[in-house]
Amino acid sequence: MAAPAWAPTRRADGRRPAACGVPPQAAGLPLSAAKANALNMALAPTFLTNPDRFMAFSRWAAPLFGMLAVGLAAAGLWLGFTAPEDYQQGDTVRIMFIHVPAAWTCMFAYFCLGGASLLGLVFRHALADAAAAAAAPLGAAFTFLALATGSLWGRPMWGAWWVWDGRLTSVLVLFLLYIAYMALRGALDDEAKAARASAILALVGLVNLPIIHWSVEWWNSLHQGASVFRAGGPAMGPEFLWPLLLMALAYTAAFGALWLVRIRGEVWRRRAVALQLREARA
Amino acid sequence: MLDLDAGKYAPFVWLAYGLTAFVFIAMIWSSLAYARRWKDKAQPKGPT
Repeated sequence: MAAPAWAPTRRADGRRPAACGVPPQAAGLPLSAAKANALNMALAPTFLTNPDRFMAFSRWAAPLFGMLAVGLAAAGLWLGFTAPEDYQQGDTVRIMFIHVPAAWTCMFAYFCLGGASLLGLVFRHALADAAAAAAAPLGAAFTFLALATGSLWGRPMWGAWWVWDGRLTSVLVLFLLYIAYMALRGALDDEAKAARASAILALVGLVNLPIIHWSVEWWNSLHQGASVFRAGGPAMGPEFLWPLLLMALAYTAAFGALWLVRIRGEVWRRRAVALQLREARA
Repeated sequence: MLDLDAGKYAPFVWLAYGLTAFVFIAMIWSSLAYARRWKDKAQPKGPT
């Protein structure tokens, strides 16, 4: 069977590169091909094991997620702007409907980045590596939104644009992790080395997610504790809870749509590089 | 009833929503442009 069209056939050191459809043993890796393929099939979602299948899936899934995001956001914004003012926070409570979903999504994006990095690192799966690379800029954008909208909410409510408490600092660390991940990927010319180094960085950074989550319980903070997912049920009224949940789903769907689009772009980029190599040899 | 009057907090509320809209537009534009650019380059060139 021929190698995928976008898989470079041989590296400078004479070994075949790890890529989707190329058995790890053929790529010069220590695992036997059969064992690695069995592990791949067992642990990775089916559409992640075959780039052609992924491209066929994402072709309809990306616009579907996008339309879902638009519909959910429209409903969430309508409910958000028809909700009454909060008795303490007044109209600034409406910032919650974009701030909290951004904060949840930036953590979810990093979880996806970490998971894809693990798959890419362990199985040398090129599509998982492409997924990790594609998640980073989106995660950074959502983290920026969480920090910026939080600052715009904090100024009228706390009297400060920024405080160095555990929650804000750990989210800032998350933003820096995204930046460092992208910088590291871009700094190394050898894509295999860049993928491996950035995947290790991403996995190390996963430790920050529980720190963000529990920071408000471990340290003194101006942030309130968990008020949605907590024992005893949500601490807010349904007039605020529903728009918040709808917007959170909208952000998640938007991330899903944009992530799929960027992974498709990454697959095409690798195909273009492989094509250029073939044309250069011809 | 739709309440778009944020009163004295309007600068904070609308700046937050405006910034969010801007970042979303930027994410959508950059993602689509990135995919389109590499899709074009990944197409094999025909005989010249």
